[in-house]
Amino acid sequence: MSIPEPFRLASFVVGIMAFVGLNAAYLVWVERKGAGRFQRRPGPTEVGYAGLLQPIADAVKLMTKQVIVPPGADATLFRLAPVLIMTPAMMCFTVLPFGETLTATDINLGLLMIFALGSINVMAIMLGGWSSRNKYAIISSARVVSQNVAYEIPMLLTVVTMLMVTGSANLNQIVQQQAGAFWNWNLFNLAANPLMPVTFVIFFICMLAETNRAPFDMAEAESELVAGAFTEYAGMGFGVFFMAEYANIVVGCSLATVLFFGGWQSPIGVLPGVWWFLLKLYLLIFTVVWIRWTFPRTQFYGLLNLSWKILIPVSLATVVSTAAVMKVF
Amino acid sequence: MKKNALKEIVTGFASLLTGMRITLAQFFKPPVTVNYPRQSLKMPARYRGHITFVRDQETGKSLCIACKSCQKACPSDCIVVEGVKREGEKRKSVTDFKLDFTKCSLCGSCVEVCPVDALEFSKHYNLASTNKEKFVVIDLVKDLEKRGK
Repeated sequence: MSIPEPFRLASFVVGIMAFVGLNAAYLVWVERKGAGRFQRRPGPTEVGYAGLLQPIADAVKLMTKQVIVPPGADATLFRLAPVLIMTPAMMCFTVLPFGETLTATDINLGLLMIFALGSINVMAIMLGGWSSRNKYAIISSARVVSQNVAYEIPMLLTVVTMLMVTGSANLNQIVQQQAGAFWNWNLFNLAANPLMPVTFVIFFICMLAETNRAPFDMAEAESELVAGAFTEYAGMGFGVFFMAEYANIVVGCSLATVLFFGGWQSPIGVLPGVWWFLLKLYLLIFTVVWIRWTFPRTQFYGLLNLSWKILIPVSLATVVSTAAVMKVF
Repeated sequence: MKKNALKEIVTGFASLLTGMRITLAQFFKPPVTVNYPRQSLKMPARYRGHITFVRDQETGKSLCIACKSCQKACPSDCIVVEGVKREGEKRKSVTDFKLDFTKCSLCGSCVEVCPVDALEFSKHYNLASTNKEKFVVIDLVKDLEKRGK
């Protein structure tokens, strides 16, 4: 079955926007419900059955609020920052292979494109903090930049490892290489790199840090730093930042699924398809929520030390060991 | 770099996993909280709400004999008691028992001093009003009648 190109494009644009919007809205619900369960309380229960209409109530509340530009702020950049954070997050979805034939654009450098777009995220948060003319926002955006620079390095080193193992930056090809049952997944590809599970753990930790998630949520630190870089944002301006955070989590977990867990491949070798991708994706997202409600926020020095003293050397070791295995065998 | 840095990384990571195992175990247990406005816990026996009459199980009336001991014992002067001697009854019976809850400090002297154990602490804790008058005069006689119905 082939669909004319304009219709295919339009349906993907609408589909991706709907997917991001729904995920952002309902991951907030998952987060709150999960927080409740981890702390032995019921979580949201009031709006709709099991609080399922809560995201809609939140969205209506945010949208009815005025978007205030603080006096003295750089109005253009202040308004541009939410756009700049949301657009790249959405653009990343165009190259993610949801299913065997369900990819918006199957380009050869999909992996590179995701990381190129992902790094805009930092600039958007920095712009948001900087343009709002608020010292707390500026301090917090400086933290975001140093945190993201520190974690970009081990993250890219793990990706270099994956590129060496797979020999392709095309996400669909990477998934196809992992066909068959779960022992063909890159996570268990110990023949190519004996440190593969370590590589995944580093990737996951860096993903948490890149998306500013707890325990690395120094950008917001809502209990200490007002709302960090988003202090001056009101209404949907803040809402968009919030949505972008969840969109980035979805992108990060999708990428982990594709790189390490065989994407849409079935773990038992039957019925490969989009549901396996979604199942793995949401299990990883659940792990993100699980980590958030398990560990307290790290100290900022601890965060940078972890990256520079542990993650970078270990990820370098994985690169070297992969190279050695490739050269020897 | 410390000598046993590698060991530290491994044990540190293991302890993180232990933490995650503990929280996941909590995740599957039922909630321990009470959904407050819809459910509430039974107040403990020694909880002190404002004082109230003990209801006589047989007659449904108060045991109070209007002796005014409580009125005298009250350090804050927040109790006013009136009673009459009815024909054919041995004791006086209470007609009026007013408590000024805005002054009461819940010291319990009235409960302690009562010779016929006619007073007890109620378990009311959801007292809230926009009107002070509601607490300046709490009529225990009416309160008892209301409970009888």
